[in-house]
Amino acid sequence: MATAGRKKSGAAGRGKPVRKVRILIGKPGLDGHDRGAKIIARALRDAGVEVVYTGLHQTPEMIVNAAMQEDVDAIGLSVLSGAHEHLFPEVLKLLKKRKMDNVVLFGGGIIPDEDIPGLLRKGVDRVFTPGATMREIVDYVNGRISPRR
Amino acid sequence: MYDRKKLSAIASGRRRWQEDFAKRAAVANGERKKRYATISGEEILPLYTPDMTQDLDYSGELGFPGSYPFTRGVQATMYRGKVWTMRQFAGYGSAEDTNKRFRFLLSQGQTGLSTAFHFPTLMGYDSDSPRARGEVGVCGVAVDSLKDMEILFDRIPLDRITTSMTINGPAAMVFAMYLAAAEKQGAPFDRLSGTIQNDILKEYIAQHSWVFPPDPSMRIITDVLAYCTERVPKWNTISISGYHIREAGSTAVQELAFTLADGIAYVRAGIEAGIPVDRFAPRLSFFFNAHIDFFEEIAKYRAARRMWARIMRERFRAREEDSWKLRFHTQTAGCSLTAQQPMNNIVRVAVEALAGVLGGTQSLHTNSMDETLALPTEEAARIALRTQQILLEECGVANAIDPLGGSFFVERLTCEMEKKALEYIRKIDEMGGMVEAVKKGYPQREIADAAYAFQKRVDSGEFRIVGLNAYKGEEEQAIPLLRVDPGVEKRQIARTREVRRKRSARRAAAAVAALGDAARDPKENLMPRLVDAAREYVTLGEMCDALRETFGEYRDPGLF
Repeated sequence: MATAGRKKSGAAGRGKPVRKVRILIGKPGLDGHDRGAKIIARALRDAGVEVVYTGLHQTPEMIVNAAMQEDVDAIGLSVLSGAHEHLFPEVLKLLKKRKMDNVVLFGGGIIPDEDIPGLLRKGVDRVFTPGATMREIVDYVNGRISPRR
Repeated sequence: MYDRKKLSAIASGRRRWQEDFAKRAAVANGERKKRYATISGEEILPLYTPDMTQDLDYSGELGFPGSYPFTRGVQATMYRGKVWTMRQFAGYGSAEDTNKRFRFLLSQGQTGLSTAFHFPTLMGYDSDSPRARGEVGVCGVAVDSLKDMEILFDRIPLDRITTSMTINGPAAMVFAMYLAAAEKQGAPFDRLSGTIQNDILKEYIAQHSWVFPPDPSMRIITDVLAYCTERVPKWNTISISGYHIREAGSTAVQELAFTLADGIAYVRAGIEAGIPVDRFAPRLSFFFNAHIDFFEEIAKYRAARRMWARIMRERFRAREEDSWKLRFHTQTAGCSLTAQQPMNNIVRVAVEALAGVLGGTQSLHTNSMDETLALPTEEAARIALRTQQILLEECGVANAIDPLGGSFFVERLTCEMEKKALEYIRKIDEMGGMVEAVKKGYPQREIADAAYAFQKRVDSGEFRIVGLNAYKGEEEQAIPLLRVDPGVEKRQIARTREVRRKRSARRAAAAVAALGDAARDPKENLMPRLVDAAREYVTLGEMCDALRETFGEYRDPGLF
């Protein structure tokens, strides 16, 4: 597991510890297509976000465990294998089980448009499909995700 | 090649022209772009003239088709004598589904088969492994045991059709099942021809479907080399693949350099395993991407042939002409396709396929327009195959050999790519070869950097992609997509469990034990043990587990 930019930012305001947004980028399932995941991880890091990248071939359990250990604010999953209908709900289920519902889950990859409403209904916050720019994803993270404390 | 005096006159003419050109261009309110570059970012000049290729020595650097250094093609008659094999990659769902697609494609004029396995098989897991949940048959065909292999090639005579199998980590295991299936059909091993990808270094660099760490994986590969040299002499034992390196975001030069550096590592390993180079080198084949930058791709194929011929002859002292020839399969670039306005992909694929043909490929896969959204439908697969047939039958592009040879631009690009790729190969040599470079993460980082740089060019609009960041439509065209039957997983798990129940438990266990013993003895060749295990319906996951005990598993270092 690679971690980048993990410097805590200094305290701000009235002694409230503020830290940077921390995101886990995960590759669940067995597909090896990590080009998109790595590009997004770098783009987020360059935008000042703390990024933890799980590496490939993770089970939903591995991802949720890593999210817990790293105390992340959001998880971004990249799936190109077509197994998204299984993998996204599985991660959501585990987050709920561990009482980590406040961790935002978003994702992207080769995901047919018709599958997106179902994923959103189940609790995925946002799904990016091919053609999404790095800017769009960075803007989404900046606008939507804030440090939980 | 030319008169020096005349060349220097041309050179000064070009400089004069360029000054005028620049002046006129300035008057005409600038040019279309600030900088002209290939998709890989290599600068392109406005005009290429003979003086820019003045050091090119025709007989030493180009030669004639079918003779050293093969820049102009590996066969003397090229497509006049033998058309490239139209080998469309296919596989989804169960072995029955894929067998049906294979027979459809053969009925439409496809001339070779190419098998896409699902991810659990690519990673050495059976369909009933917990790691396989949600993935069975989704992105390829599920093959767990000889039973699936028999169904996959039912009514397809393996001694007459050439088959390519895209598998790497568990290549030896799947190949053993293929051999056992051929044996059951009555097809003798020495009449089987086809290709097993078996290129593990590319997996660590790019495609990421592996089982074991690099060193034991290299042993498995040399075991396959040695076994085939003796028993399956017409089989292509490794397809050294740049395709996935490019898909992962490399430049054309990186694709060329890393692929040949992988090839160097395999040849070195084969020689170190004691196999004479001329016995196995003729059965190595290559696999390149055909990306959208037309001339850069053609130059890449021409440079690849020349470089490999020199590597084999000069570095490895191969004596046979067949050892010097770089034969390759081409696939059009999946990563060049857009989900937006998917019909446009038909045009992209046609241009890319044309580059493959003008570059002298031996075998070609044309992508289907819907591949960026899902696996191809039958309709989309048919159009993709028709694209190749139109190129061959209607356009006249397969009539003269290497028609772009002698183009100042193409020759210059070819030489530049060769020079830059050799520089990469020199760096990798300094690291101790590709196995060591991979362990250091060197090619992985180079590719990640290139992928990120390219994405920035797309996001900024500097590199324009029709339908994506240029000419965006209001209305998206909806095209029908293939959905894999969700019942496949359940049925496949039931079949694999039934195979385990029905086989001889005693003989299967003995075969697994023998395989484990062979793994512990580096002097023993694993292949005969794997073929024995396949015959006893030992599953892929069981074979891999027996080897995992000794070899361990590879883990992704997660560099980004």
